[in-house]
Amino acid sequence: MLIKPPSDIASSEITPPAIWKRRREFIQASAAGLGLIATGGLLTALPGPAVGGEAIPNLKPSPLSTDEPPTSFKDVSRYNNFYEFGTEKYDPSTNAQTLRTRPWTVAVDGECESPGEIGIEDILTGFTQEERIYRLRCVEAWAMVVPWVGFPLGDLLQRFKPTSKARYVAFETLHDPEQMPGQRRAVLDWPYREGLRMDEAMHPLTILATGLYGELLPNQNGAPLRLVVPWKYGFKSIKSIVRIRFTEQEPPATWNRMQPNEYGFYANVNPEVDHPRWSQKRHRVIGEGLFAGKRETLPFNGYADQVASLYSGMDLRRFF
Amino acid sequence: MTPSRTETLVRVGKPLVFLLCLAPMGHLLWRVVMETIGANPVETLIHATGDWTLRLLLITLAVTPLRRLTGQVWLIRFRRQLGLFAFFYACLHLTAYLWLDQFFDWRAIIEDIVKRPYITVGFAAFVLLIPLAVTSTRGWTRRLGRRWKTLHRVVYFIAILGVVHYLWLVKADRFEPILYGVILAGLLAFRIPWRKGNQSGVN
Repeated sequence: MLIKPPSDIASSEITPPAIWKRRREFIQASAAGLGLIATGGLLTALPGPAVGGEAIPNLKPSPLSTDEPPTSFKDVSRYNNFYEFGTEKYDPSTNAQTLRTRPWTVAVDGECESPGEIGIEDILTGFTQEERIYRLRCVEAWAMVVPWVGFPLGDLLQRFKPTSKARYVAFETLHDPEQMPGQRRAVLDWPYREGLRMDEAMHPLTILATGLYGELLPNQNGAPLRLVVPWKYGFKSIKSIVRIRFTEQEPPATWNRMQPNEYGFYANVNPEVDHPRWSQKRHRVIGEGLFAGKRETLPFNGYADQVASLYSGMDLRRFF
Repeated sequence: MTPSRTETLVRVGKPLVFLLCLAPMGHLLWRVVMETIGANPVETLIHATGDWTLRLLLITLAVTPLRRLTGQVWLIRFRRQLGLFAFFYACLHLTAYLWLDQFFDWRAIIEDIVKRPYITVGFAAFVLLIPLAVTSTRGWTRRLGRRWKTLHRVVYFIAILGVVHYLWLVKADRFEPILYGVILAGLLAFRIPWRKGNQSGVN
């Protein structure tokens, strides 16, 4: 069973009580708000319903975590890009309650010796869940610090025994317009697809996240299972994954296919390579308020020491 | 309608429209003070003031068609006020960008204006609005005479730039900018002299 007293949750040590309090208020307000939503009330004026939120026990802290202060739970769980639930930032937290995250299986196939399926419960119990506090840098030039819960992607991939032909890993989000109302419009080429090179996928910083703030992922953050690659722009970190495939060729990635001149396959955070329509030199940190100004964006989102070697000899302007 | 009733309507209507046009700004300020502006207040302020600039531009451009369709000539007396409010929100929009987004980093701002097409057209639209706002007074209308009308037709071009500015900045979901574009196209189409007798007042 997953339910346990919260005494052994690592995030309670790093989360200021004020934030927890705000979160509780938020949940209460949401519960009150649900009644109004049911009556067709002021949808946009209300906070989204709280989903997810079950505590994940025995969290292991990680030396790979940053000591920067995490963005509030409220902002992390409400300011989301998840077009499957609408294209406005607050759409996912309002609409994502239609997503059913149990039962949930992930199919793993392609260039591997033992393809198969794995259920979310097996993922939660079969891999040691760690807290990973990472910087998140969106391609839209804003950033957060998120206390993820998850485990190295490589641990899961190894189980399916990728062959020597497996040079890339492809990921796919659920495609079900019933559960994901945003998919009823062809805003993107559904289902959402992403991919990593094998060495990127096996890197210890790359995780599959099952939760944040010590609890199971809220639906709007990509429940029940999402990728987190902290040195790449946020759109690489695909949400609500149902399929993982080992491939020999570079797999298609949704944004890259739609606008290849704006969104590269690698999408490493790089202040030297602008998005054609805006600068990537600086970013705004969510939660710092109206007059905080922007901060300098670092190469590989500040993870250059760990990951720059993956790209040695590559022209990062060409392979952006 | 009798002249006196029209006068009453305009006299009561003007302060009412004034307050209505200020309401979006009031609402934004309220959200800032109450801290309900959201996770990214700068983005919200820039987007909301941009939205209201476009909306008020379209409302201003709707006055003449509405006057024609309804025969209510007095409507024209609200046009300047609405147009000036469009300029007012454009000023707020630009100020939010220069101050809260860029913190007056002029190098970054100039680079944006030169390198980013959506900012180039948005900035051009703002610059073109300035002479229209300046010459909106009674004195300038008189002084410019017939040329006033010619000058103020630039607003059609400005509105197109405004829609293009929006269209070019969205990432994938073009629904809203296209909606603004369709409305604008309708308002501009109304001004094409299809019929005889519609050729004089293309304003």
